[in-house]
Amino acid sequence: MATSSENPVERPPDRAMLAGLTPPTRPTLPRLGSPPVQSSDRTNHGRAERPRLASRRPRFQALAEVAIRVLAFTSIAAIILIFVFIGKEAWPLFHSAAIAREVTLAKMWFAQQWPGYDAPEHVWQPVSEIPKYAAWPLVVGTLKVTLIAMLVAVPLGVGAALFVSQYAGRRLREIVKPTVELLAGVPSVVLGFFALMVMASWMQQALGLDSRLNALVAGVALSFAIIPVVFTVSEEAFGAVPRSYVEASTALGAARWQTILRVIVPAAGPGVAAGIALGLGRAVGETMIVLMASGNAAILSASPADSVRTVSATIAAELAEVVFGGAHYTVLFFLGVLLFAFTLGTNLLGEFAIGRMRRRLGGAA
Amino acid sequence: MQKRQAQGMGDRTGSRRILRAVTQGLAIATALLAPLAAAAGEITVKGSDTMVILGQRWAEEYMRAHPSATIQVTGGGSGTGISALINGTTEICQASRPMSAAEKEKLRDRYATVGVEIPVARDGLSVYVNASNPLTEITMDQLKLIFTGKVTNWKELGGRDGKIVVYSRENSSGTYVFFKEHVLKNADYTVRAQSMPGTAAVVNAVAKEKFGIGYGGAAYAKGIKVLKVKQDAGSPAIAPDEAHVKDGSYPLSRPLFFYLRNKPTGDAGAFVDWVLSAAGQAIVTKVGYYPIK
Repeated sequence: MATSSENPVERPPDRAMLAGLTPPTRPTLPRLGSPPVQSSDRTNHGRAERPRLASRRPRFQALAEVAIRVLAFTSIAAIILIFVFIGKEAWPLFHSAAIAREVTLAKMWFAQQWPGYDAPEHVWQPVSEIPKYAAWPLVVGTLKVTLIAMLVAVPLGVGAALFVSQYAGRRLREIVKPTVELLAGVPSVVLGFFALMVMASWMQQALGLDSRLNALVAGVALSFAIIPVVFTVSEEAFGAVPRSYVEASTALGAARWQTILRVIVPAAGPGVAAGIALGLGRAVGETMIVLMASGNAAILSASPADSVRTVSATIAAELAEVVFGGAHYTVLFFLGVLLFAFTLGTNLLGEFAIGRMRRRLGGAA
Repeated sequence: MQKRQAQGMGDRTGSRRILRAVTQGLAIATALLAPLAAAAGEITVKGSDTMVILGQRWAEEYMRAHPSATIQVTGGGSGTGISALINGTTEICQASRPMSAAEKEKLRDRYATVGVEIPVARDGLSVYVNASNPLTEITMDQLKLIFTGKVTNWKELGGRDGKIVVYSRENSSGTYVFFKEHVLKNADYTVRAQSMPGTAAVVNAVAKEKFGIGYGGAAYAKGIKVLKVKQDAGSPAIAPDEAHVKDGSYPLSRPLFFYLRNKPTGDAGAFVDWVLSAAGQAIVTKVGYYPIK
């Protein structure tokens, strides 16, 4: 893709490149790669002069600035509005007496002795004579699928990024990189359908699992959606390590693998961490793949061979039918708040890591 | 137009309307598309996933005979359909279970009517197992034990040694509720029961799962084996075929309903009359369910 040409192998060890780290040029993924500053003198720090160029049309620029500002604030306002809305719908869970008769926070988080059950249990059965809203099976299910997805996606994503940025020749890189990034464009419903129809049967036969649909199938399918996220951000992090680091290491007599392991990986560490954090956020929130491939049984267990029901899939499957403002509805929105808070947390963590890497590289060079 | 008025009546406050729009948008985009397409002569039919195929066949045939009519059929589950009827987003609701007292009350609160119930077909709710399963019949008690998780191996029922994989439906499904009431006697499904989004998904899952078991409408039974059901150990095993479903001797036979807010008139009335006519009921048989008369 276009980015590969923006990451030339030849990187001038000067500060101009590091200054270029700051403007993120992509809307979704923070850009760590260097701007197209070539080692030749021809380009003459083109990026720095662009504002002066635009000032020939000040009226247009002012208009564009206002428009961009409005757009930026609209998205912020939308996020705040969404959070307020979800929170408002979940709020009755904490104070409404009518809902407290059916469900309380304690009933959600502690095992209950239900009539017809032998021992106190965590049960998610919202449509029942006595509705039961235990949150742990859903939370544990979500974490289980996420963990499996991350265990697959992180080594593959980071490994591929390391290979593409350090070992692959230009030709190979221009094939591998767009291909991995293409994976990000596959709709999750397609991944889910593939997992449901094909992968589930393969994995059951290969591993001798009790049921076709389980956490393992869902987790592996989910990893396909996470790999491009981890890969893209990590690859850019590796690419952003200044040439001077590599040269210094080589000058000290380090072998290629020593340079990579001891210099490049530690320097790019926060960037890789950011990729992992962003991938984690995606994994927890992803709905369609797990809805289709996990079997959706709210089993509280540690076994990856068991079916799971994730928080996001539960909301998707049940919200359509619930009574507005009822206990079930409120609980689903409360789960939505949890999900929102968690993904917001991981994304902030990712941003923080990227910021740290910029500062570290900027300060060291 | 009629439809939009009804919607307006149903919405008491602006926030409710927004709320409803958001949740329905999450559920099925068609709920949002329906008002866009609302034209004169358009009838919206929504509800039971069991009845989607049937409703669509009816709509196709009816539209062929009456080119001016437009009928839009969507699924989502009986509960979803009844909610839509109460919220005013559908004209006809298809349901594979009777409306509950609570739902009737909500309808009365909004429209001062308890709605009109029209049985349009009969279904023999079938029990599916994998084609390789040697079992041919099962008692209602055994079904309850399996679906509540008390029996977990086919060996215990005289089958092969293998862990039973239980397939159920999402809890918005009328079939889920019917099975829970009539087979589980309102006990909870086992937590190991996997929820499938539709009957076709259950059939597909059981067809691929050697030790699977599931339930659903008779019309979907393809590529799997349908078990005969016994009321208890001493009674005869009965297959969900026409004679036994119609006379009610099949233990899991059930009527399928249309629900409307008021007695159907105009376009909807003509459609309902046609569904109950010989032509409409012939389609019931063709799809795989059984005529009401």
